[in-house]
Amino acid sequence: MALQSLDILRRSATTTPSPQQRQTTEVAKLIDVTKCIGCKACQSACQEWNDLREEIGINEGSYQNPHDLTANSWTLMRFAETEQNGTLEWLIRKDGCMHCADPGCLKACPSPGAIVQYSNGIVDFHEENCIGCGYCIAGCPFDVPRLSKKDSKVYKCTLCSDRVAVGLEPACIKACPTQALVFGSKEDMIEHANDRITDLKERGFENAGLYDPAGVGGTHVMYVLHHADQPQLYNDLPKDPTISPVVSVWKGIMKPLATAAMALTALAGFFHYVTVGPNETDGDDEEHSA
Amino acid sequence: MSATTRPSLLLRRYNAGQRLNHWITAITFLLLTFSGLALFHPSLFWFTQFFGGGTWTRILHPYIGVVMFVSFSLLALQFWHHNLLSRNDVQWLRQIRDVVQNHEDRLPEVDRYNAGQKLLFWVMIVTIPTLLITGVVIWRPWFAPYFTIDTVRIAALVHAVCAFVMISGIIVHIYAALWVKGTIGAMVRGTVTRAWAAKHHPGWYRRVIRGEDH
Repeated sequence: MALQSLDILRRSATTTPSPQQRQTTEVAKLIDVTKCIGCKACQSACQEWNDLREEIGINEGSYQNPHDLTANSWTLMRFAETEQNGTLEWLIRKDGCMHCADPGCLKACPSPGAIVQYSNGIVDFHEENCIGCGYCIAGCPFDVPRLSKKDSKVYKCTLCSDRVAVGLEPACIKACPTQALVFGSKEDMIEHANDRITDLKERGFENAGLYDPAGVGGTHVMYVLHHADQPQLYNDLPKDPTISPVVSVWKGIMKPLATAAMALTALAGFFHYVTVGPNETDGDDEEHSA
Repeated sequence: MSATTRPSLLLRRYNAGQRLNHWITAITFLLLTFSGLALFHPSLFWFTQFFGGGTWTRILHPYIGVVMFVSFSLLALQFWHHNLLSRNDVQWLRQIRDVVQNHEDRLPEVDRYNAGQKLLFWVMIVTIPTLLITGVVIWRPWFAPYFTIDTVRIAALVHAVCAFVMISGIIVHIYAALWVKGTIGAMVRGTVTRAWAAKHHPGWYRRVIRGEDH
């Protein structure tokens, strides 16, 4: 969805600046897990707005449906049952793209402009440029992008970049009946989260906190968690996510160094030829064989 | 020069089957290098144009890789026993300065292959199967979904490292063929001159002249 073309902070596989004359406000979606009732209105709204439909699946003994993110389901309520503070807790987390400030998908992507990051923080896939290699799946610290079986392109939450571009809030926010989902400037969302955390602490959730992981430069989808010290309780939300060092070497330092080394090897050969010169057999033998 | 004396001056180094096998490997190598580098560094993404765009590059690369693996395996089966390192080879490598300075007369006797050629062979023996295995792990949409994301990450990095080593090695291989005059004919027409053989591969030359096996 290429609606905003003047505020592109970063573009995949591109070494020169992207059009970024326009500076927009950094936005964020705040997911207050403590207010979520698991109604899945956000899931429906997402499919409604993006005009996608999930296949009818099977029940595997959980409210979670579908069982995982798919190329059609860009957001998913994940249900976890745990025992904390000596009592059963049903933790429901709306999963989907976190819109990292330092996006691993964008770093790994080899196709120019298949992944872009707007100055408002949204990380968007432009499927018309996607080549289907799946490098973004390896790059993502949250296991979010899904390769479609239909067209071998990857899909994920756009944070409704098309709606946000024209001043609307994302579809999921619009649908949430408990205001567990709120959307606004990242600054306002942090402030709102802090009020919620103070409230939660007063009510006995002393480890309540904001999930805005610094390892990926912060995210533009944040959580208020009752157990911010144990994000893994929420269906394995990573504690300190970062771009994997393996991906950083592969698509970071190695990329320019290896390319330069190969070019220099070829150049060294040419310089050897014009300085030391070819290795020839004695003239008369060459003549005989010529 | 009469036609009758001509054959005696030339020595057969590779038969037609070996040449065909080598060039299938070489062509698939070039296709793989260009399609692989296109997806490795953005400045080389334009190589995808040779293959019909980015998506076609992604689709074709692994299939070409399988062809190269099979083709190279046939080469390796034929030539591995010529590539076992000897004591002379260690000395040859110690005198690598003499090698690059064209002071071949100072080097220990070389048989069918010199130490540089043998090392290249073993680099290929290590990198090509590794490229196949890691390539299967990252092959989408067919095989990658069966591996964990961590495994795919490691495979992608190892694939890139092996490809880098291999491409660098082949650049040296191609340059050596251009640098040592009279070499290319060995792989194009299958023959080399006696003088070429006597100078660069004296051990092999003596065996061939005696009518021994290559």
